[in-house]
Amino acid sequence: MFFQETTPDTSGYMIAGYAITLLILSIYVASLFIRNRNLRQDMAMLAEMEKPAAAEPKPKKRAGKPVTKKGRKK
Amino acid sequence: MNQKPLALKILDVVSIILLFTAAYLAIFVAPTERVMGDVQRVFYFHVGTAWVALIGFVFTAGLSVVYLVTKDLKWDRIQVAAVEVSVMFFLITIILGSIWARPAWNTWWTWDPRLTTAAITELIYIAYFMLRQGIDDPNRRARFGAVYVLIGGLSAPITFFAIRLFRTIHPVVIAGSNTAAEGNFSMTDDMVRIFLFALFAFTVIFVDLFWNRIRLGEAQEKVEEMKLKAAW
Repeated sequence: MFFQETTPDTSGYMIAGYAITLLILSIYVASLFIRNRNLRQDMAMLAEMEKPAAAEPKPKKRAGKPVTKKGRKK
Repeated sequence: MNQKPLALKILDVVSIILLFTAAYLAIFVAPTERVMGDVQRVFYFHVGTAWVALIGFVFTAGLSVVYLVTKDLKWDRIQVAAVEVSVMFFLITIILGSIWARPAWNTWWTWDPRLTTAAITELIYIAYFMLRQGIDDPNRRARFGAVYVLIGGLSAPITFFAIRLFRTIHPVVIAGSNTAAEGNFSMTDDMVRIFLFALFAFTVIFVDLFWNRIRLGEAQEKVEEMKLKAAW
């Protein structure tokens, strides 16, 4: 670049620079969005899995004393 | 997961506006540098991204000290967020520098002290994620990560001062000069104003991405907790 008389045309490099900057930022923002969305889906799925477990009726307890012929009502 | 706070939504919009305003000012308003031509305009984003990335790396070293003192995993989560965003910005810095170097130095890459220290810094922080991947225990992972980042943090000031300490062809545009530099230039008042605006814009963008990344880390932790609960 010594002894040059006119300014060189380096606009192609400039455009490439700004395009790549925008591309990398976009990819990063997209990765944040996708990871966030996947986590939301995981959370919803895990919450669904927890729900039936909580709503399930408790198994009936068996009577403490064994029922004998004598005590059985007719 | 909690709804996104209104302040963060506003910050998202402000960041996008600032990014495009900074690009507009750099491309259409800043004066054309006579020797290098339009490629000099990448300087505004090159230095802007380097600024936030290097500050981010030093910041993570501070966060690692806080984690090592408190042993609270919240600080580990914040540290990971800061490292990830800083690595992304520093990648942009290196690529923009390489694009500028092609017409200015007639090469995409040279093993100049500044370029070498910058590449080492980036690789150190990429390796940080590989280190974390290899450790399952969260407390152990956080402790190893904190010590690694604390030592790795030294690479940021070394990279910053490389052009002031060693003989290098990289220009020292701000607060200094380098007679051996190729592609050196003096900034006009307009250039300085746009340059300062770009620094401000990238600082806001960094804060915005950092905040979003911290929220992502919180969500990841919540999902891990739910998975453990479901497994029991």
